[in-house]
Amino acid sequence: MSLKLGVPSKGRLMDKTFDWFTRRGVDMRSSGDGREYVATSGIEGLELVLLSAGEIPRELGAGRIHIGVTGTDVVRDRLPSWDTQVAEIAPLGFGHAELLIAVPRFWVDVDTLHDLDAVAAAFRRTHGHRLRIATKYHRLVREFLRAQGVADYRLVDSQGATEGTVRNLTAEAIADITSTGETLRANHLKPLSDGVILKSQATLFKSRKASWDTDTRETLAVLLERVGLSG
Amino acid sequence: MTDPVAISQEAQRFVRAFEGAGAELIDTDVLQPAEVLLDLYGEDMRARAFVSSDPLRGEVMLRPDFTVPVVQMHLAGGASQARYTYQGKVFRQQADGSDRPAEYQQVGFELFNGDNPVDADAEVFALFDRLLTPMGLRAATGDIGILRAAVMGLETSENRRAALLRHLWRPRRFRALLERFSNPLPARAPVSMIDAPEIGLRSRAEVEARLAAQAEDACVAAISAGQAELVDIILGLKEEAPIVLSHLNDLVVDMPAIAPAVASFSARLDALSARGIDVETLAFEASYGRTALEYYDGFVFGFYAPDRPDLPPVATGGRYDALTRALGGSEAPRAVGGVIRPGLIVELGLAP
Repeated sequence: MSLKLGVPSKGRLMDKTFDWFTRRGVDMRSSGDGREYVATSGIEGLELVLLSAGEIPRELGAGRIHIGVTGTDVVRDRLPSWDTQVAEIAPLGFGHAELLIAVPRFWVDVDTLHDLDAVAAAFRRTHGHRLRIATKYHRLVREFLRAQGVADYRLVDSQGATEGTVRNLTAEAIADITSTGETLRANHLKPLSDGVILKSQATLFKSRKASWDTDTRETLAVLLERVGLSG
Repeated sequence: MTDPVAISQEAQRFVRAFEGAGAELIDTDVLQPAEVLLDLYGEDMRARAFVSSDPLRGEVMLRPDFTVPVVQMHLAGGASQARYTYQGKVFRQQADGSDRPAEYQQVGFELFNGDNPVDADAEVFALFDRLLTPMGLRAATGDIGILRAAVMGLETSENRRAALLRHLWRPRRFRALLERFSNPLPARAPVSMIDAPEIGLRSRAEVEARLAAQAEDACVAAISAGQAELVDIILGLKEEAPIVLSHLNDLVVDMPAIAPAVASFSARLDALSARGIDVETLAFEASYGRTALEYYDGFVFGFYAPDRPDLPPVATGGRYDALTRALGGSEAPRAVGGVIRPGLIVELGLAP
């Protein structure tokens, strides 16, 4: 049986993943003209599976791939009790990002979660509905806010262009992944000083649910040896 | 797997007992509009309930409890006093790794607009007690009204009292707020309006209003150590009801604002006694029900299997006037009720 490695199928995350492995002696390239979702590696018995980065946690959890590269943020958001389903092999040192809560920059009265909570109460009285926070990381944001005791908010789903939701009047605040903060500033938003929910980076994960036989274990050992992660 | 037929039979037995106590049997839809429940309970409800959607009806939830649809039905009917019973499945997502079922039977009894609230509390509790105590289950009781009164009695600003009351049900934030209000506020760097553009629904006027409120709050004197300690003492009360009552009577001297709440606690014990409850041994815990749904705002109770702390309570109940007000306005009827989980009774081997 071959060892299935899930890698991101497009964008910077794919490029950086391919770079990371190639620089460590595991030649990875996509076949054909780059539109065909097939890729090869230089290791016998290692099969690359190109997947959307957001689907890699699910595939690991289902055991359809043995190992995979994706962000710690999506693993924690998508997989309930994530550490019973997957194990971290190693962080890869790229794809750094923070999941954080941000509010309009002109809210000069708001700096902390305490402020956000107080504003949420007043907002609900004034506007007759809960203060809306746009995000695609529902589980992580809800658990964070519950643990912090923030009330009177409601999550609204935003699968993209989340920083624009405040201007478009579909949310009052956002919780999103940001790597540099430039997009926040460009959209007149600022992070809360204590609103970092999670620091994420691209990480190599191992599935606890996949079937592991002698072949796949050996191939994994060869791969980890080659990229300098063994022992 | 607990036998579903046995559970249904047990549920029917409770329905008949509740009908015998004057309740009318009613039923509600399994699919409930999500909007109302989310607005009442917030995001926590979304984590607990199963949410689905319908192209026409929008977001819907599999009934996470009966209380809200029963209150809506009662309000729509326009009746004044009423007693209802119902039986059916509720659906709750369980915590990660929990093996508790995600759907289970509930049988409930709800009493609207009893002649007097203290006696209505006693009627409901005595009914549950008569059915459950003979099975070896043990009762726990509390009274959110006493906690509310203690917060209302704090000598501080109206805004600070409101902030504390709002978080009565979130012990961690409540503690943090009480701490914050019991110390001088750290000096805050003066904020000037920056020229960032005004975006979103929350207006510049709202930002300015909060800045003004913060400036005002900075001048409020800290809650005294003695008063904060009184709140702590009340939160920590946990003994037989008459002993708690005598502690509370002592505390009234230092905090006269709790006197009416203590008087109704005392009157409730009399009413319970009149209905045959042995109040001398009745367990009372001032913090009981604090982490439950936040619409219980007075008397609260639960029944447990004493040797099975791993199981959820077999029955829970309480007064939820705040919920009827949220749904029906300030003139809404007052209400008290409770639910039994017949599945747990069968699982415990207590069904006759």
